[in-house]
Amino acid sequence: MIKKIILSVFTLAILVACSSDDSSSGATSDGFDRQAMLTNWADNIIIPALQDLSGDLAMLTAAKDAFVAAPDQTTLDAVRSSWLEAYKTWQYVEMFDIGKAEELEYWKQMNIYPTNVTNIQNNISSGSGSYNLASPSNNASVGFPAVDYLLYGIASSDIEILNIYTNSSNFESNKTYLSNLIDRMQSLTDLILNDWTSNYRTTFINGTANTATSSVNKIVNDFNFYYEKGLRANKFGIPSGVFSTTPFNDKVEAFYNQDVSKDLALEAFKAVQDFFNGEAYDNSSQGLSFKDYLDYLNTIKNGEDLNLLINNQFDIAETKIQTLNNNFSLQIETDNTKMLETYDEIQKAVVLLKVDMMVAFQVAIDDGYDDNDGD
Amino acid sequence: MVFSMAQMLKTYLNKTTNAVPLAVFRIGFGVLMCFSIIRFWYHGWIEKLYIAPNFHFKYYGFEWVKSLGDYNYLLFFFCGIAALFVAFGLKYRLAIIAFFLTFTYIELIDKTTYLNHYYFISVLSFVMIFLPANAKFSVDNLLREKSYNQIPNWTIDSIKLLLGIVYFYAGLAKLNSDWLFKAMPLKIWLPSKYDLPFIGNDLMQQDWFHYAMSWSGMLYDLTIPFLLLYKRTRTFAFVLVVIFHVFTRVLFSIGMFPYIMIIATLIFFDASVHDKIIANIKRVLKPFRKHIKSPITVETYSFSSRNILLPILAVFFIIQLVFPFRYAFYKNELFWTEEGYRLSWRVMLMEKAGLTTFKIANSKTGQYFYVQNSDFLTAFQEKQMSFQPDFILEYAHFLGDHFKAQGHENVQVFADSYVALNGRLSQKYIDPTVDLYKEKESFKPKHWILPFKDDIKGF
Repeated sequence: MIKKIILSVFTLAILVACSSDDSSSGATSDGFDRQAMLTNWADNIIIPALQDLSGDLAMLTAAKDAFVAAPDQTTLDAVRSSWLEAYKTWQYVEMFDIGKAEELEYWKQMNIYPTNVTNIQNNISSGSGSYNLASPSNNASVGFPAVDYLLYGIASSDIEILNIYTNSSNFESNKTYLSNLIDRMQSLTDLILNDWTSNYRTTFINGTANTATSSVNKIVNDFNFYYEKGLRANKFGIPSGVFSTTPFNDKVEAFYNQDVSKDLALEAFKAVQDFFNGEAYDNSSQGLSFKDYLDYLNTIKNGEDLNLLINNQFDIAETKIQTLNNNFSLQIETDNTKMLETYDEIQKAVVLLKVDMMVAFQVAIDDGYDDNDGD
Repeated sequence: MVFSMAQMLKTYLNKTTNAVPLAVFRIGFGVLMCFSIIRFWYHGWIEKLYIAPNFHFKYYGFEWVKSLGDYNYLLFFFCGIAALFVAFGLKYRLAIIAFFLTFTYIELIDKTTYLNHYYFISVLSFVMIFLPANAKFSVDNLLREKSYNQIPNWTIDSIKLLLGIVYFYAGLAKLNSDWLFKAMPLKIWLPSKYDLPFIGNDLMQQDWFHYAMSWSGMLYDLTIPFLLLYKRTRTFAFVLVVIFHVFTRVLFSIGMFPYIMIIATLIFFDASVHDKIIANIKRVLKPFRKHIKSPITVETYSFSSRNILLPILAVFFIIQLVFPFRYAFYKNELFWTEEGYRLSWRVMLMEKAGLTTFKIANSKTGQYFYVQNSDFLTAFQEKQMSFQPDFILEYAHFLGDHFKAQGHENVQVFADSYVALNGRLSQKYIDPTVDLYKEKESFKPKHWILPFKDDIKGF
């Protein structure tokens, strides 16, 4: 008798060991088609956004090449406008910290701000070949914010800025640095895009399981992290002084441009809400996303309509952002209360996303420790 | 009447039983604990949970227990070695005391890691200090050249009683309206197991299955101690134990707990079953025991200090029986305030999550700023802190002290806190107007927890 029991315990233990194995592949269908959701994200949102960004960066590269060859007001304006185009598109890409992008810490090489001016100047004066733009220590000296500085902030007027690239003592080094930055952004983006189209897409759309490494769980965590950090804290909270005793109006996005921090924030906000609702990047269609997943889960649970609550809160926050000055830096200087009020509305959605949505999805935050007895 | 009660008690206490089941229990316990320690170490959790964090949440009254930094490895090492010594029955009394102390110390370092089953291990190892688990089949027998056939019956019964309390109280705790009439939280947890082979897509999604699991779980916990006690139902009960715990292991990440409970419940079986287990172990050990001289067998083990041990154990068990009911002293919803929730065998009862951020204000100027929790807490600590009031208060004090030391003046600490319980929409949790830096931890009800906007009936 006891032998049988031991044998059956052993067999069951093996069954357990096998079934709890992390197998993030294989389609599952419990009434909600997660693979269709992942496919919608990959084919209609992530890859198109990356393609658009790659195209924008190609334009930026071309404009930069023309500028470097002949720096004048016309070529400078052309670089600036394609920088802005690409920067807006970037807002639709930053949140997808997954696959190759995660491996390379893509977003940190593209959009860490405030940019580190001292470091940039050191890099420039030490000359190309002496710095490694991919190094984490250079994260705050590369990407869109560094280009923002080089195009708008390196001197106080356009004439002086042009002078930096034509007459100043190390104008060649200045041109090289600008050129290297933009080339790096382009090559990084193409690397990630190619990885998506050539192989990662297949892995991605098959990661339907509920495990720490499956695509669904990672995207849920990415989305929340981006909303809380990239959008809420970086664009609003930190510059308006939510986390410090005084505001920092120089910590806004695109600080040196002085005119587009609101535009960029609005694009980022649209990217978030569109993703939540499964809206295609080109706005031509809607597919499965968080919204539908929440609706489906609610058919089991019969609780509050989270989809509606979250979308309503997004709308309220977006309306608030609309009331702000185009230049957040100026807004903070003149009337920071408005900035703080906007932050509060954005924060209210964090509660719904990080508490209620996470409970509904039953996606664990990855804290590297998973023993519990449920209490 | 009083006389006869005393007489009965005396007769009971003098009753003896075969020493083998307790020996098998000792070996199983020691081996599993040693394995637990190795597993914990292997996963890097010593570093992650006890060394890396720069702040630890303390149990009320145990603030003096400090993390030993890198020496935590030494603590775990001693704990693991002690467990091994327990398994061998080598210097058993010393080993089990060492195990109890090191294990409990580890648990007291940070209550973030609190689990009922860790508490169970502490409590069980405490009881085992008083039991002659090395009476038979132990290295101590060889050292002392003495082994015992019979031990007092109450020694084995005390383990059965402890297991009975754990199960039965866990069952009582399930007698509440969320568990029974809303199938919560299983209704949230089970559907998320959609990726399980065979049953994930179908069974896990069924409404009736959520209710069936809730009710059978409750019935299992309430009845299993009795089914294990009676000989006729014992085998059936043990099969249930195995099925239940293996199933929970498949569904949830609950570490070693299922295996510990499966091995522990073997204690309910007769000596004949344990004799077979011992025979099997002996067969494995045979090549190594050729030159060992058999110890002299003494018939009955007798305690030299029974008059001290028994009252201690009696008081201990009275506390165990009463302590889980302390929640009755608090009038607010237990699941919401968690006043009297821990150390009471309330297992898997709640899906509770929260988001709590802290505002540091200057009471004179009104200036304020918010804290980024990730500056001070690990993701795991932040998760646990966000929905447990005693964590929130302790952390508020830590923040207050921290910013005061940094030179901030007139420091006030306010919490902006939202919590969701068992599928209900999140609601504000802590009164945002209360300066938590002024509030003290105590056993008194916490007036700054906002009332729960619903009703959960039952235990």
